[in-house]
Amino acid sequence: MTVTVDARGLSCPQPVLMTLSEIKSGSDNEIVVLVDTDTSKENVSRAAVSRGCTVGNVEPDGEGYKITVLRK
Amino acid sequence: MGKNFFATRWGIIGVGALIGVLASLLQKLGNPGNMGICVACFERDIAGALGLHRAAVVQYMRPEIIGFVLGSLIAAYLFKEYRPRLGSAPVVRFILGVFAMIGALVFLGCPWRAMLRLAGGDGNAILGLAGLAFGIWIGTLFLKNGYNLGRTQKTYAAAGWLMPLTMAGFLALMIIFPRVPEQPQSGVLFYSVKGPGAGHAPLLVSLGIGLLIGFLAQRSRFCTMGALRDLILFRQTHLFGGFLALVVFAFITNVIVGQFKPGFAGQPVAHTLHVWNFAGMMVAGLAFALAGGCPGRQLFLAGEGDGDSAVFVFGMIVGAGIAHNFGMASAPAGLGPHGVAAVIVGMAVCLFIGFTMRQTAKQGDQR
Repeated sequence: MTVTVDARGLSCPQPVLMTLSEIKSGSDNEIVVLVDTDTSKENVSRAAVSRGCTVGNVEPDGEGYKITVLRK
Repeated sequence: MGKNFFATRWGIIGVGALIGVLASLLQKLGNPGNMGICVACFERDIAGALGLHRAAVVQYMRPEIIGFVLGSLIAAYLFKEYRPRLGSAPVVRFILGVFAMIGALVFLGCPWRAMLRLAGGDGNAILGLAGLAFGIWIGTLFLKNGYNLGRTQKTYAAAGWLMPLTMAGFLALMIIFPRVPEQPQSGVLFYSVKGPGAGHAPLLVSLGIGLLIGFLAQRSRFCTMGALRDLILFRQTHLFGGFLALVVFAFITNVIVGQFKPGFAGQPVAHTLHVWNFAGMMVAGLAFALAGGCPGRQLFLAGEGDGDSAVFVFGMIVGAGIAHNFGMASAPAGLGPHGVAAVIVGMAVCLFIGFTMRQTAKQGDQR
């Protein structure tokens, strides 16, 4: 199952907080995170890896990025 | 899409180290003691240059600040990261900027200067940094409990240009009305004849270093508040690497050029009131945490098109005017007549914002 976290328009550290909260409490294997700045893209990817997840596709999406985080 | 080297661990450490070295050298070249770079002090000097306050010893249009914004703008355009955006509770950010400045001026420095004061041997900085960390810790509690200023909206490219254009205008004023030796005023600009505002590196050196740091900080996302916040909130050390590197390399440079003087008493532009050094930075730290960035980071974000950060910066500049006009700013002799009130009111305002501006999980999902 895939869940989407929409962090577009939110500034530091909200995108990371939302992603980590989903990693911690959610049950879906795949988390798609939408962000709209490069800073958020880097921060979300770094945080996901630090929690033992892998970062799959990172693709441009509109004005921002769509990051696929895969739970181990 | 190429990988951004500056966003790697060694990238942020390298940028922090370079800022530390350059800040110490700026002091060697004329900037005030342990104030090679101080975002709060320099914005306060800008407020003075514009006449928003009339504290005659702290008036100078600091080119470093202008460089920070314009350097970030250049980097953002070169790497296609310019994103004009605004609308995330601007009035709240303005108020946070005002009180961040008022708190910082009770301590006499922003996080950048707290680190540089430590690297120069000023023991009072330990109290300031402890207060900063404590204020940020309070901020992380609010963040964990849903504190959120909401989403930004995409806006016109030109709207994101307003802060860089303002800075370009400040630079133009400096060129049109340059400092006249021993004169406190040149055209519309005020220039300190003595005191910290009279100490400055040559204009082009200050501007060049400001541009370089603005460029590199935009690429690396260097943030002194974020360094402590991420450490406390996520146990993440990425930004903290840059923070440590700045202190270590500023210290090494200070030792080499003979600027390291350990002690508490008699430090440049500092007082030894431990409680108020702690409390002032606690207010500033909380305000920065609630606004999502240290004063430097707010300038870099403003350069890449973030209108809310621009509002925060204007809040800080206005806050400097208020702090000096109302006797809330400290001086080497001690607190201003209303310094204690400043800390109490500042803390009350930040706590009010932290407690009341929370989104429930449900609201957070709405867009």
